Amino acid sequence: MDYDKLLSDRAKLIKPSGIRKFFDLASSMEGVVSLGVGEPDFATPWAIREAAIYSIEKGRTFYTANRGLIELRKEICDYYERRFHVSYNPESECIVTVGGSEGIDITLRAILNPGDEMIVLDPGYVAYTPGVELSGGVPVPITLRHEDQFKLTPELLKAAITPKTKAILLNYPSNPTGGLMTKEDYEKIIPIIKESGIIVVSDEIYGELSYEDEFCSIASFEEIKDQCIIISGFSKAFAMTGWRLGYVLSNPTFSKAMLKIHQYIIMSAPTAPQYGAVEGLRHCYDEVLKMRDSYKARRNFCVKAFNDMGLETFKPQGAFYVFPCIKSTGLTSDEFCEQLLNDQKIACVPGTAFGLAGEGFIRVSYAYSLEELKYATEKIAEFVKKIRG
Amino acid sequence: MDERLLLTLLQKNARTKITDLAAALDESKDNIVNKLTELEQKKVICGYHTIVNWDKTNTDIVTALIQINANPEREYGYDRIAGHIYKFDEVDTMYLLSGEFEFVAIVKGKTMQEVAHFVASKLACLNGVTGTTTFFVLKQYKNNGVVLIEDEDGKDSRLVVTP
Repeated sequence: MDYDKLLSDRAKLIKPSGIRKFFDLASSMEGVVSLGVGEPDFATPWAIREAAIYSIEKGRTFYTANRGLIELRKEICDYYERRFHVSYNPESECIVTVGGSEGIDITLRAILNPGDEMIVLDPGYVAYTPGVELSGGVPVPITLRHEDQFKLTPELLKAAITPKTKAILLNYPSNPTGGLMTKEDYEKIIPIIKESGIIVVSDEIYGELSYEDEFCSIASFEEIKDQCIIISGFSKAFAMTGWRLGYVLSNPTFSKAMLKIHQYIIMSAPTAPQYGAVEGLRHCYDEVLKMRDSYKARRNFCVKAFNDMGLETFKPQGAFYVFPCIKSTGLTSDEFCEQLLNDQKIACVPGTAFGLAGEGFIRVSYAYSLEELKYATEKIAEFVKKIRG
Repeated sequence: MDERLLLTLLQKNARTKITDLAAALDESKDNIVNKLTELEQKKVICGYHTIVNWDKTNTDIVTALIQINANPEREYGYDRIAGHIYKFDEVDTMYLLSGEFEFVAIVKGKTMQEVAHFVASKLACLNGVTGTTTFFVLKQYKNNGVVLIEDEDGKDSRLVVTP
């Protein structure tokens, strides 16, 4: 029986993740030191874990409201207002989701009709393009440029908008490049967004990890606020990846539509993590700052290490990735990463896992201790020296 | 220079090399050396100590927390009597506290007898000390932010490659 025939066209259409391929390769080897992980190395702050455990002990093991615990939604909305100066109503403009990932899914399903174009940034996070395809939309990539530090420029944006464009998906600070849009960068594209009337889906999961300028949420521009859908969560800033807890903030019309989808496919986000997150937002901000300080030192270290070995690396302003250019080695991203793995047992992710524009780059995560980063970058330097003869 | 970040990095690992500190802070090596000298002179940096878990060695060591009641003195407050206490080598750490007693001193010795002898023959006899209560440490869990017993919490159980 050819079971392949029974699959949906959509499931067949989406490409397997380039990360997955590399994961299989790296996992098959012993003693690999990885710089390939997209999650913090810190365990979740104990106060959050303790609060979640307590909620379980108290028997709070039932569904929450579809939108999530009201006390959590209030804390989320207070937090966004306090930190990023954008206000949302916890009753009608906030949904607690199963990670930012579910937030992306319900957003795309709520706004895309078959054939609608959705602009995605290339290089960009692995789930965006398949997400658009699964929702029946047509992904239209914008090729970002190294010389712009992978920022979205008004020229690039203008050129990508067509009468069929429904929305654009932004992710700053960016996975995989670490690039950031500052307030001044956004100011240049806001008039285009306003005039075209397109929806801006802004994945701000790394918002708290911004090292120089204060992070600017695109929704803080009042004139386009209602065109924006913000996706964020607890994974990166609060080191809560495994808890799968995120949220979506938007105007009530979008929020209501997303809630319909969310209540059918999820019902409500898991309860114990929600209690943990309430504690996190109330009392754990100092821990967030400590982790951010740590990442900043590691970023500086990595940028210097890669530039010193002759791999041009711009200083990313956010997230926990550097994106060194490996074109000078004459290898493709895939070749570089495979040979590096075989030769030195160091795992990095080829830039091509994040789109065609990632060719010539590798993604290096610095969510590791300085000691580990030192060891790994020395090994990479050795490898680069060797291939250059 | 981000002084707080420099201190945080050193507090975490006092053996971090100057070149690595310079890279992590995006500063020149000279700047780091000058800054460290300045911080040492100002006694912001009071030393580069090692946290030793003596329980894992064959060394005999006993730790006690001693609550001390004392009378303040005109002109000196508690500082003079404190000096008479903390100058003893046996006293590792000492604080002035609010509450029912004045000081807590963390005292180290080779045996319980040695600590008891110190308290009875030296500490309790000082003029101005009106009482002491000694608590011997049975087990050490965490010291200076470092967990000293087996704990899986710090183990990296992340997958090798994730998006």
